[in-house]
Amino acid sequence: MYCLWCHEEMIPEITWGNVFRFFAEPPPLCADCQEKLPLIEGSVCPGCSRPSEKENLCPDCLKWRSHPNLSGVLKRNVSVYSYSPFMKEVMAKWKYRGDYELVHMFKNSIQKRYKEKLQKQELTAVPIPLSEARQKERGFNQAEAIAGLLNLPQTPALTRIKNEKQAKKSRAERLKSPNPFQISQTVQSPVLLIDDLYTTGATLHWAAFILKSNGTPEVYSFTLIRS
Amino acid sequence: MNTIVPEHSPESPELIPSDHPLYPITVFCQSKLLLRQEIPASDEEFQDLIIKQYIQEIPGIEETITGHVCKRCGNQSRHWLGKIPQGPIQAVYCRKCIEMGRVSTFEPLYRWTGPEMPSPKVENPCQWDGSLTKFQEAASEKIKVAMADREQLLVWAVCGAGKTEMLFEGLTDAITRGDRICLATPRADVVRELVPRFREAFPDVAISALYGGSEEKREGAQLVISTTHQLLRFEAAFDVMIIDEVDAFPYHADKSLFFASERARRTSSSLIYLTATPRKGLKWKARLQWVPVVFVPARYHGHPLPIPRFVSTFRFAKLLSKNKLPKTIQAWIQEKHRQKRRFLLFVPTIEMAENLSKMRGIECVDAADPDRINKIENYRRGEMNALITTTILERGVTFPSIDVAVIDAGHNVFDEAALVQIAGRAGRNAADPDGDVVFFHQGLTKGMKGARKMITMMNRLARRK
Repeated sequence: MYCLWCHEEMIPEITWGNVFRFFAEPPPLCADCQEKLPLIEGSVCPGCSRPSEKENLCPDCLKWRSHPNLSGVLKRNVSVYSYSPFMKEVMAKWKYRGDYELVHMFKNSIQKRYKEKLQKQELTAVPIPLSEARQKERGFNQAEAIAGLLNLPQTPALTRIKNEKQAKKSRAERLKSPNPFQISQTVQSPVLLIDDLYTTGATLHWAAFILKSNGTPEVYSFTLIRS
Repeated sequence: MNTIVPEHSPESPELIPSDHPLYPITVFCQSKLLLRQEIPASDEEFQDLIIKQYIQEIPGIEETITGHVCKRCGNQSRHWLGKIPQGPIQAVYCRKCIEMGRVSTFEPLYRWTGPEMPSPKVENPCQWDGSLTKFQEAASEKIKVAMADREQLLVWAVCGAGKTEMLFEGLTDAITRGDRICLATPRADVVRELVPRFREAFPDVAISALYGGSEEKREGAQLVISTTHQLLRFEAAFDVMIIDEVDAFPYHADKSLFFASERARRTSSSLIYLTATPRKGLKWKARLQWVPVVFVPARYHGHPLPIPRFVSTFRFAKLLSKNKLPKTIQAWIQEKHRQKRRFLLFVPTIEMAENLSKMRGIECVDAADPDRINKIENYRRGEMNALITTTILERGVTFPSIDVAVIDAGHNVFDEAALVQIAGRAGRNAADPDGDVVFFHQGLTKGMKGARKMITMMNRLARRK
């Protein structure tokens, strides 16, 4: 076996715990690389999963709470990793170079985090879509790749409104309808939105808003990284 | 590995005049294997080129009986091939050369099969007016003949022999003949160092520098100075291929780089290897006379190479863990300080470099150091008298008059080639040709003995002639 990231050969340690599990999946990463992934641990903001000292809502989340349209549309965000220079390097290779296999680096942590934080609800996964041009350029959607690791029914409920149309609108028109998404399929059960990054949270809030106004009762979100 | 043979005949290619609208794209695409997004053409233009049969599509990844093989880098090991969903099925892509854009069973490569640009020619291109030693002259003559006859040659020249100057005569001929020439090396810093020297020697020749992030790329240049990695984009492009430092990392360890350099040269082309320390395979080929060899056993200043001394220092690890240095090493450092000699201390690991640096108050550099280019430059300018380093400084860098010590010379990273190269850092200056080279060791190894043997052999050859 070789490490998925650094390609060093890994020699699995044989212990009493694994000696009889011949078909168990070997870990995707070597110990060194595994350690470098910045897993979010300890206390976090209950709204968006940002690491914080106290378990209160962070200033970002408070701002969203007071937003005129988008207040309360997104119930909670759960993230797996924080951002670090190493993570940046991994994302660049995965997303921009298109090394699809790297998604397996995150597999175990994603499944574990999902089990801990979200499994109680019956959810439908909705990956955040890419624009057509991006999708063609990359050949895959990173949000769909993450969603594929969770054992959930998946619905492509959203599509992106084409950029050209957006560009033709005047500023006033754009302010009136800044939502980059439109609904292509309504979902009448609780939804788990999936994306790779939660930075300001704007993307996820707009997606949640449009789902909710089309009859979805509750919207949660799950992202790989909370930066 | 089956190499790709272009279908157009190289004997009588149709030539394209330089005022033709398709001239720029010809220059860009000729003799290369490119991805769609690398080709500067709109979708309509591209379709047009396909219909005209100027561009031919070839599969990016080919299925074989045993698995898959990447048509760009020749990779076929399973852990370097990945799967990516493509609609309902899985495409296979190459993870090895993905830094140059993804090649997969759905993302093909394109080869230029249209007319070619006329080969550039420059009369009297060489402006260099230095002189060669008798050894250099002999090698230069052989290189010239090998280039003209499209043959192979191994130039086994000691560190500091003046390899670059030996190429000039042959290159002058090749340039006037209209050959396309590539000088490839595994290391980007060597490319950066060579380019200005060639620009000075051949001011009227179009020279392109290729390495990751280079800003001196010139399409269709007659002389290409490149890292071996960048050759992955070329196919049947060069009449003369020179590979400098063949034995350096990562070329000798990476099969795809060998694959790339073989494919980048034309079927009938000259291949010149330059090195001070050929590895086993090449040495045997030379010994069996599969590849003709020319030795350059003396440095340009004619003085013999400094021969390493072996000094045993036992209980080294134990002393170091107590933050102490063995007395022999301490004495050596103090002596150098007293004599006001500048020196380099080579250590096997980054940890030891940092440890020693703290202990003795001497700056250290290693591959992970973001400030390393600065530090090396400071040392070169003489702002520091001593430097602790890992093997990153083993080759390619020249400091005029220094002494060298290797600590724990028996460590795995110091193989024969590395030790010869390290010993070759000393005595580079004609005014101060005798450097002191010491290997501190905990028991002799094959590498150490081999290194001393190779150096004495070269000195003997130099005396005999």
